[in-house]
Amino acid sequence: MSAAHDLLFRTLADPTRRAIFERLCREGEQTVGALTARSGVSQPAVSKHLGALKQAGLVRDRHEGRQTHYSARPGALNPLIDWTSQMAGFWQKRLDALDDLLKRMDQ
Amino acid sequence: MNEPAETRSVVIEREFAFPAERIWRALTQPHLIEEWLMKNDFKPVVGHRFNLRGEWGGVLDCEVLTIEPQKSLAYTWNFSHEDAAFDLKSVVTFTLTPTSTGTHLRVEQAGFRPTQKQAFGGAHAGWKQFLARLDDVLARAG
Repeated sequence: MSAAHDLLFRTLADPTRRAIFERLCREGEQTVGALTARSGVSQPAVSKHLGALKQAGLVRDRHEGRQTHYSARPGALNPLIDWTSQMAGFWQKRLDALDDLLKRMDQ
Repeated sequence: MNEPAETRSVVIEREFAFPAERIWRALTQPHLIEEWLMKNDFKPVVGHRFNLRGEWGGVLDCEVLTIEPQKSLAYTWNFSHEDAAFDLKSVVTFTLTPTSTGTHLRVEQAGFRPTQKQAFGGAHAGWKQFLARLDDVLARAG
């Protein structure tokens, strides 16, 4: 498990932060104000969560006038999915084949 | 965001109802390696360089790093590509531990860089095809 994985898991471990990230994934780009209105926590708290999400590469921000718009980065979770699942899948298949071979081998 | 310098690894563990001696043969005899993994010119000698050749045309460059009969085997598992994002440098380590009912096998592949996730997806497309074909062969072999 790399430090990048640790950061992703740690960032998403907080339920409020995870809810904000999920909303951005589901509903697309939003301002801090819009996110605060339905989050149940204060605007500074939401901003702090967004800062942590940004640091982990999970969201990006876009400034427009006095507003900051946040959106989810769709590829951000790839490091968790791609690598381990694909490589693990490869070896699971190979070990199935190995088990099959072991059964057929001479004593 | 800066790219972390460290690498990643994946660990697969499996119990086999066979003695370590038999599994060791399957891991170190070329005609047996070919049956469950890939075509190869493996030799159980530290420093021996060999290739694993996939039916999809991919060739892995390997070098034996450690050999401890019936206990541990490690070799490099590299895939050269002119594009750095597709270049793969990793080490596969097989560790065998006897159990009351057979043998525990631990396979660890280590050394992927975080920037290789794309490359890995690319390689996977070839592997899928290869695995599907191998499964056919195994099914026919009964």
